[in-house]
Amino acid sequence: MLKVEEQTPVVFSSELLAKFDEVKNRYPEGKQKSALLPLLHLVQAEFLWVPTSAMDQVAEYLNIQPIEVYEVATFYTMYFLKPQGKYALEVCRTGPCCLVGAEKILSHLENKLGVKEGEVTPDGLFSFRGVECLAACGYGPVLQISPEYTFYENLTTESVDKLIEDLKNKI
Amino acid sequence: MSRKLLLEHINVPGINTLDVYRQKGGYRAVEKALKTLTPEEIVEEVKKSGLRGRGGAGFPTGMKWSFLAKPEGVARYLVCNADESEPGTFKDRYLMTYIPHALIEGMIVSSFALGAKVSYIYVRGEMMPQIRILEKAIAEAKAAGWLGKNILGTGYDLELYVQPGGGAYICGEETALLESLEGKRGNPRIKPPFPAIAGLYGCPTVVNNVESIAAVVPIINDGGDEYAKIGIGRSTGTKLISASGNLVKPGVYEIELGLPVEEFIYSDEYCGGIANGKRLKATVAGGSSVPVLPANLTLKLANGEPRLMSYESLSEGGFATGTMLGSGGFIAFDEDQCIVRNTWNFSRFYHHESCGQCSPCREGTGWMEKVLHKIEHGHGTMEDVDLLWDIQRKIEGNTICPLGDAAAWPVASAIRHFRDEFEWHIKEPVKSQSQNYGIANYATPIEKAPVAEEK
Repeated sequence: MLKVEEQTPVVFSSELLAKFDEVKNRYPEGKQKSALLPLLHLVQAEFLWVPTSAMDQVAEYLNIQPIEVYEVATFYTMYFLKPQGKYALEVCRTGPCCLVGAEKILSHLENKLGVKEGEVTPDGLFSFRGVECLAACGYGPVLQISPEYTFYENLTTESVDKLIEDLKNKI
Repeated sequence: MSRKLLLEHINVPGINTLDVYRQKGGYRAVEKALKTLTPEEIVEEVKKSGLRGRGGAGFPTGMKWSFLAKPEGVARYLVCNADESEPGTFKDRYLMTYIPHALIEGMIVSSFALGAKVSYIYVRGEMMPQIRILEKAIAEAKAAGWLGKNILGTGYDLELYVQPGGGAYICGEETALLESLEGKRGNPRIKPPFPAIAGLYGCPTVVNNVESIAAVVPIINDGGDEYAKIGIGRSTGTKLISASGNLVKPGVYEIELGLPVEEFIYSDEYCGGIANGKRLKATVAGGSSVPVLPANLTLKLANGEPRLMSYESLSEGGFATGTMLGSGGFIAFDEDQCIVRNTWNFSRFYHHESCGQCSPCREGTGWMEKVLHKIEHGHGTMEDVDLLWDIQRKIEGNTICPLGDAAAWPVASAIRHFRDEFEWHIKEPVKSQSQNYGIANYATPIEKAPVAEEK
């Protein structure tokens, strides 16, 4: 088991499992492990993070060892191994975005939300982190919000304030 | 206006739909290829076109295709590399967002040429909106009979799937991408065997960049010879350039290879000059991995002739005075930008993205990040600059995949061309925290060729 703050095991709905089946059919017979990354994305879209119990069930579903799932989930940066805010904001912090003010956006978010990078606001709504290049360098600074990965470009402190207010009012 | 082959119809409303794409001549290449050409003839056209891989390495696409092994009874695969992650590069995102059928059309023609019955488009996971766009476009194409069983009644079957990545720069390296597509960590494989012999699931596989595959469409429509007439020398055709940084009009531009760099930066047809009326200090011409150049060497070769946007001209002078076209990620730095800070930023990126297999890269990228952090924050010593030089030398060429080189080159070139700025940070530890070194003589035209130092 991965060392994480656990939790009652999650339950996969029949809708989720139907999506699993659809993905698994994309690969040749016996190569079902290829479905691993897409399945973990589906899990994260459902639960907003990837709990260990979900990884174990994915391993069982794909007929592979749990370690094969853990090593993938910990290698790729998109999978959240602990709960995030309902809106997990990810701001690009790589060179080109920094040339046009990404660092200012990150420190503004920290002040605005009152939490440090990686922490969740007390109301459970927001978390944020800096991520590496999101391949939108010409529209920087940029941020994305999982699990939909909606994209916001040419950010200013004002547009970030407005975005946060809009998300708060969405509930 | 220069000729557009990929983005000609990009501003047509609804071009992302099959109907409008068809009205503008879309899927003609599929009809022509499947009904009138043999797979060998398609490979020949692509060879004649001189098309070079648009992902960064610039290897001739037709030649790559011709290496594909064709053992009896073994499946062959085409995998499109849409893991666009090189800082400064966002052209594939643009293409997939606005004209997804161009990629799908290219995938059908290319898959037919290579004899692939199942093909995958590996898209970086962060591009979920683009994944949704592609899946919708594939469904449209399939419903209209361009994909699936017996396409156009020719007996050719093709299934096309989109595979999301998980957020790892290294998966842009083709063998890491294949590992990832097999559901594993993105650790690059030792080559040989090359994917053309043993790729996806151990079968012969071709991995091509999005733009390379999309370029197959005009090559088949107009013929390889016509395509080769565009461009300059061995840099044939058009290239998508992603322009970012301190420019008036950053964005994606399709250029004919051979366009002068100065025209690309300053003309209103392209970037429109440096933002806020400032002066150009430096550029990274082909994505974060390629050497950074000061403004003077960006615009002119060491012999004073204009530098052009082409594979050859950008690399003219080797690493002493040149750089590379790479993936076409063109980053411009204005006079207020700090080269030390940017180099530190890039080093952090490579440290973060190193897969950890090879110790020179795993350890070296971390060292470089730490040393650069130290210099940038006013705690550096003169020995640190030499240490950085030493570390990058020990990474370059000593790793399984090119990520090590990609991490070493930005550091090496920053020291090579901007050593004064590093030394100023060290001599002025207090001042450098509140001021920038500025443009110095980096934009001053060079009188004569500088003495080439060892690479």
